[in-house]
Amino acid sequence: MPHDHSHDDLHGHPHDDHSHLDDETARVMALEKLLADKGLIDPGALDVILDTYETRVGPRNGARVVARAWTDPDFAQALRDDATAAIHGMGFAGRQGEHLTAVFNTPQDHNMVVCTLCSCYPWSVLGLPPTWYKSAPYRARAVSDPRGVLAEFGVTLPEGTAIRVWDSTAEMRYLVIPMRPEGTEGFSEDQLADLVSRDSMIGTALATTPATGEAA
Amino acid sequence: MNGPQDLGGRDGFGPIAPDPQDPLFHAEWERRAMAMVVAAGGAGAWTIDESRFARENRDPGEYYGLSYYQLWIRGLEDLLKTKGLVTDDELSTGQADGPADVTALAADKVGPALMRGSPYDRDPKGSRPAFEVGQTVQTRNLQPRGHIRMPAYCRNRRGVVAAVHGYHVFPDTSAKGDRTTAHWLYNISFAARDLFGDRAGENDRVNVDLWEPYLNV
Repeated sequence: MPHDHSHDDLHGHPHDDHSHLDDETARVMALEKLLADKGLIDPGALDVILDTYETRVGPRNGARVVARAWTDPDFAQALRDDATAAIHGMGFAGRQGEHLTAVFNTPQDHNMVVCTLCSCYPWSVLGLPPTWYKSAPYRARAVSDPRGVLAEFGVTLPEGTAIRVWDSTAEMRYLVIPMRPEGTEGFSEDQLADLVSRDSMIGTALATTPATGEAA
Repeated sequence: MNGPQDLGGRDGFGPIAPDPQDPLFHAEWERRAMAMVVAAGGAGAWTIDESRFARENRDPGEYYGLSYYQLWIRGLEDLLKTKGLVTDDELSTGQADGPADVTALAADKVGPALMRGSPYDRDPKGSRPAFEVGQTVQTRNLQPRGHIRMPAYCRNRRGVVAAVHGYHVFPDTSAKGDRTTAHWLYNISFAARDLFGDRAGENDRVNVDLWEPYLNV
C-alpha cells in the first residue's frame, strides 16, 4: 500500500522506513555511540536498565503492597509507621524508592500524588511514570484543581470527601493505598492485587470493584 | 529558579488526556534515551539535582516545546559539556577525541546499583530539627537564580508540620555538586485555599516536602 514515507519519517514514525532517521533518533543514536566511545557508558548497561523497567519493576509491586495492607492489619500499621522499612522488607527497594511514605484513602480523605517541579515518582513500586504524570497539564493542575483532574480520569468523589495532594518535591516518594472495594471478603492477596491499578496508587483512580469490573 | 519547570497552579496547558494504551515509550529513541541517561548518571559525575537543574535551566519556550525524553537528552548534553566530559565539537561531529576521565557503570553492576539506589538521608551529627509535628510555620519568600525545590505557589505561606522526614541532602547545594550538605526535611501541610484561593476546595490540602532553610525559624 503506497504511503508518503517522507512525511512519516519526519514526524515521529521512523520505523516505517529504515532508510531514513528522524532528527531525534539520529541525535540519540549519535550520543549513545559517542558516550560508549568515550567510556562514559557501557552499552550493555542500557539493556539491563531497559529489561529492569520493562519486565521486572512495575505497578505489580505496588499492588502487592496494597493487597497485603488490606489483609494484614499489622503490615498496614507498619506501613503507616515506616513505609520505607515495610516496603523494602517485601524486597521492593531501589532507585527512586529509597524513601517512601504510604498515604491511606478513607471515606473522608482522598490522596493524590504529583511532582509539579519535574517527574518524581516511586519507581521501585510503580515502575516508570506514565506520560500524563510527567505532562505539563497534570503537573499544573493537580495542586490547584484536583477535582477537575479527577473528573478527566472519570472519578467523582462523594460530596464531603476532602482531597490531599502530595507534591513530591524531595526524595520522599508517595504511594497511595486505595480503599479496599466492597464485596472482596475472602479474596486472596493475589486476587486483591488484581484490583489495584497503577492509577489507583497515584490517586487518579479508585481500586476496581470485582462485581462490575468498574472502578468503585 | 523562577523557571519553566515550576508548573503548579499555572493555567493554559489544557486537558490531561490519559492514554488507555499508555506505552512506557512512544519510540525506540525514547527507550534508549531513558536507559542512556540512567546509565550515564550511574558513572557518578553529577548529582540528581545537577541533573534536574540541567533540564529546567533553559528558555521557557524551549522547555515547553520539548517532549519529556527530549528534555532528558538536552539536559544530559548540557551536563556533559558543563562537566567537561564532552566538548561541543564532539557533540556536533559525534567523533570522540579521547576517553573521558570517568568509570562507566558496568553492565554487571547495573542490577545491584538499581536495587541499592542512593539514599539521601545523612547523619545529623547532633543537629536537632527546629520544628515538630503540629507546629505552624511560615515559608520564606526565596527566589534564587539557582536550583530550589520550593514551588512558587507555597512561598511566603503558613502551613503546619505534618512530618519530620529526617536529615536530607539539600537540593540547592546538591545542584552545585555538593553531596554532603544536608538539612532537616519536613512535610508541610497547607490549606489549599491559602495557596489557590476560591478555586480550591474548602477542606482540601496540599502537602509539600520542604527543607528547614525554606522556613522562617
